[in-house]
Amino acid sequence: MSTVKLTVNGKAVAVDVEDRTLLVHLLRDHLNLTGTHVGCDTSQCGACVVHIDGKAVKSCTMLAGQADGASVTTIEGIAKGDELHPMQAAFRDNHGLQCGYCTPGMIMSAIDIVHRHGGQLDEATVRHELEGNICRCTGYHNIVKAVLDAAGRMKVSQAAE
Amino acid sequence: MGVEGIGARVVRKEDKRFITGKGRYVDDIKLQGMTHAHFIRSPHAHAKVKKIDSSAALKMPGVVAVLTGQQIVDDKVGNLICGWAITSKDGSPMKMGAWPAMAPETVRFVGQAVAVVIADSKNLARDAAEAVVVDYEELPAVADVHAAIKAGAPQLHPEAPGNQVYDWVIGDEGATDAAFAKAANVVKLDVTNNRLAPNAMEPRAAIADYDAADEHFTLYTTSQNPHVARLVLSAFYNIAPEHKLRVIAPDVGGGFGSKIFIYPEEMVALWASKKVGRPVKWTGDRTEAFLTDAHGRDHVTHAEMAFDASNKITGLKVKTYANFGAYMSLFSSSVPTYLYATLLSGQYNIPTIHAEVIGVYTNTTPVDAYRGAGRPEASYLIERLMETAARQLKVDPAELRRTNFITQFPHQTPVIMAYDTGDFNASLDAAMKAIDYAGFAARKAKAKGDGKLRGIGVSCYIEACGIAPSKAVGSLGAGVGLWESAEVRVNPVGTIEILTGSHSHGQGHETTFCQLVADRLGVPISQVSIVHGDTDKVQFGMGTYGSRSAAVGLTAILKAMEKMESKAKKIAAHALEASEADIVIENGEFKVTGTDKAIAFPMVALAAYTAHNLPEGMEPGLKESAFYDPTNFTFPAGAYICELEVDPGTGKTSFVNFVAADDFGRLINPMIVEGQVHGGLAQGIGQALLEHAIYDANGQPVTASFMDYSMPRADDLPSFNLSHTTTLCPGNPLGIKGCGEAGAIGASAAVINAITDAIGKNNLEMPATPDRVWRTIHAA
Repeated sequence: MSTVKLTVNGKAVAVDVEDRTLLVHLLRDHLNLTGTHVGCDTSQCGACVVHIDGKAVKSCTMLAGQADGASVTTIEGIAKGDELHPMQAAFRDNHGLQCGYCTPGMIMSAIDIVHRHGGQLDEATVRHELEGNICRCTGYHNIVKAVLDAAGRMKVSQAAE
Repeated sequence: MGVEGIGARVVRKEDKRFITGKGRYVDDIKLQGMTHAHFIRSPHAHAKVKKIDSSAALKMPGVVAVLTGQQIVDDKVGNLICGWAITSKDGSPMKMGAWPAMAPETVRFVGQAVAVVIADSKNLARDAAEAVVVDYEELPAVADVHAAIKAGAPQLHPEAPGNQVYDWVIGDEGATDAAFAKAANVVKLDVTNNRLAPNAMEPRAAIADYDAADEHFTLYTTSQNPHVARLVLSAFYNIAPEHKLRVIAPDVGGGFGSKIFIYPEEMVALWASKKVGRPVKWTGDRTEAFLTDAHGRDHVTHAEMAFDASNKITGLKVKTYANFGAYMSLFSSSVPTYLYATLLSGQYNIPTIHAEVIGVYTNTTPVDAYRGAGRPEASYLIERLMETAARQLKVDPAELRRTNFITQFPHQTPVIMAYDTGDFNASLDAAMKAIDYAGFAARKAKAKGDGKLRGIGVSCYIEACGIAPSKAVGSLGAGVGLWESAEVRVNPVGTIEILTGSHSHGQGHETTFCQLVADRLGVPISQVSIVHGDTDKVQFGMGTYGSRSAAVGLTAILKAMEKMESKAKKIAAHALEASEADIVIENGEFKVTGTDKAIAFPMVALAAYTAHNLPEGMEPGLKESAFYDPTNFTFPAGAYICELEVDPGTGKTSFVNFVAADDFGRLINPMIVEGQVHGGLAQGIGQALLEHAIYDANGQPVTASFMDYSMPRADDLPSFNLSHTTTLCPGNPLGIKGCGEAGAIGASAAVINAITDAIGKNNLEMPATPDRVWRTIHAA
């Protein structure tokens, strides 16, 4: 057992976990942040993507101990109160989700994609960048539309800030 | 239609919880004192279980119990059932081998459970499972259908000699042979419909909670049909009588058919929770999903189509071997028979059809309904045959289809189905226009100049949905009726709860079902809630599969709404001192037609519950229910055209355009309908290009993770170009046909027809991987 100290969605936490505990299980089982999902166990599907110090990471690929001292943001931490993150709003407005299971990981990956490409995104780039996130429901059509839509919204909201 | 009524692109009500991480899936639920189950599964495709030694595991910390297949048999938990009886051509019933929830003596596929460890945590259960020693005696195994039916093949079940489940026929053999004897041309084709793993993104999970004081069980499970689960668990598996078993299917992360069935893990969790006196949770991992979720497809077929001199089809002969895996799953028997062979007429006038289907056991994961269930296999076969025929007869593939389209409705096919309506020329016209079919030759020539092989492929599908008229399916062997139920509860303040037996696991019922209410009453959808997925709340229901929720489930809601409205009109008429016949419902008000007299709907509701001033003899309250049994299947149909390029140097396929023109009858929410088509197309294209659940000759699965099984990813797919043509379904009052499976049914043939057109060779099996395409191009 070890004590892992980290910041999750802006809140400092200290959690006692078995050394073999993966970050995703720390989030789900110890902090009850069940929005982060497990879909494959082989780091292929991306349902578990969270942000660690601002970068998208598959939380099933990382031991909880490796996140010691890090700042973790999950799907539960991106809206400002009742105001959705532009990526969340774009997924809803473009019908970019159906069963919702891959959605948290998709949204977290997509935010990172927009950040890394500085809003210079086209369909081919979005499709290539989503390689690590699997969705079985949507055929990706509306997810791609949502990411492109959000890229525009995020540029606007950044400009406003 | 109003901003939230039928036909409006309303953004989904359920989305908020999913995009904020507040969805509530089974694995998100924790109960006080909960234990965790880990199954010990066979690594062998076929073996005797000689001994299970759990002594070391039981000494490990946190281990509550190790339970075995023999114990579940001793406790008289029933074997798994198959709910659709099929009769062979010799009149004998299908031959079923016994399937206990955990194997006491013999395992017949890799992944079959022999024991379960129950422990205080998931990790402790997994650790202890490593310490359980199972002594197996390996037996010879067989995975391929043709190998399984050969003399001397390893035998799976003593009940099924020769590994044959049934040999079933449909249609008129004599008339079909006579048509072939007179044919001007005969087109022959062998096709394999590749085995697929459904892979809903949420792995299956179950939490069972036994309350000893009330002798009552609660099961949280990843189910598309919680009431069917309760019925089967009660009536056949002896878990508990129905009033002592509550089944809850909360948010469910996709199903695609694989979550229709009641699996051993739920049975074991329920049984174990009573044995250990604590709640038991099991959450599958992805490899367990590959090993134990029912697979789809897996047909090997030879077909011949006869044509007269004017290229009209005169007959069709089909012989299909269907691989059922090691056991007969819940609805497996119906898939290659009544859901497949009954659709072999496609969109075409075919005077006579004869089909024979041989169901075969192999040492592989059981096979059952997967998105489309039988209809993709039928559609793929017919549309590959039409393309092959066009090439052989040297006519344009679209023209050959038009020559043979059914144009008069209703149309009785030679294989049971009576198509009620459709306009196949209209959907083909729409698709050809969308893709600029006429301009293809020029585009192909240009691509050739760039060193690319360009091809175009048409697929005109039809399916039978809205499953199904209970009397009809009963006469064909179904063990259940396939109606749907609904209840409309109006609260005293005028808000409305709709209880439905349909189950949403991505389909958006919480939005579309509210749209019907908004359309009829003029109230905002925020005033309406949809209640589903809990046997304690909804009286009964048959669940969601077979594109039935709108055509059957929503019609049941409509029937209940009509009853509620009728009573509400009486109350309004009484309050307004008018005649009931003069009351109309507009914008949330009950009005006396032609006057300015009106009463708002919430006031009608309040009057029903205060009961101070109701018409003489009327019961208080405003709540009505209905059961709706469809009169016929519905017949969604459409035309898909795929244009793509093949790189002859690598065999890699790249999409240029994919158009879909569907006729689903009336659309409730076009945005959601389009989403359903997108997802279906992805699964059909996945089957055509990427997906294949592979076993080696000894029954070892080769594709048991996302590292090995190629799931369609964003980069593998194009954006889709969708349109709709409409003929309203005459079989239900809303005119709905259903849209959930079409994409998966029609897409794969369009892709393979396009690739074979591009490379100029007709024989190409799915999945058309670059390796396979390259070899086909360069084959002698």
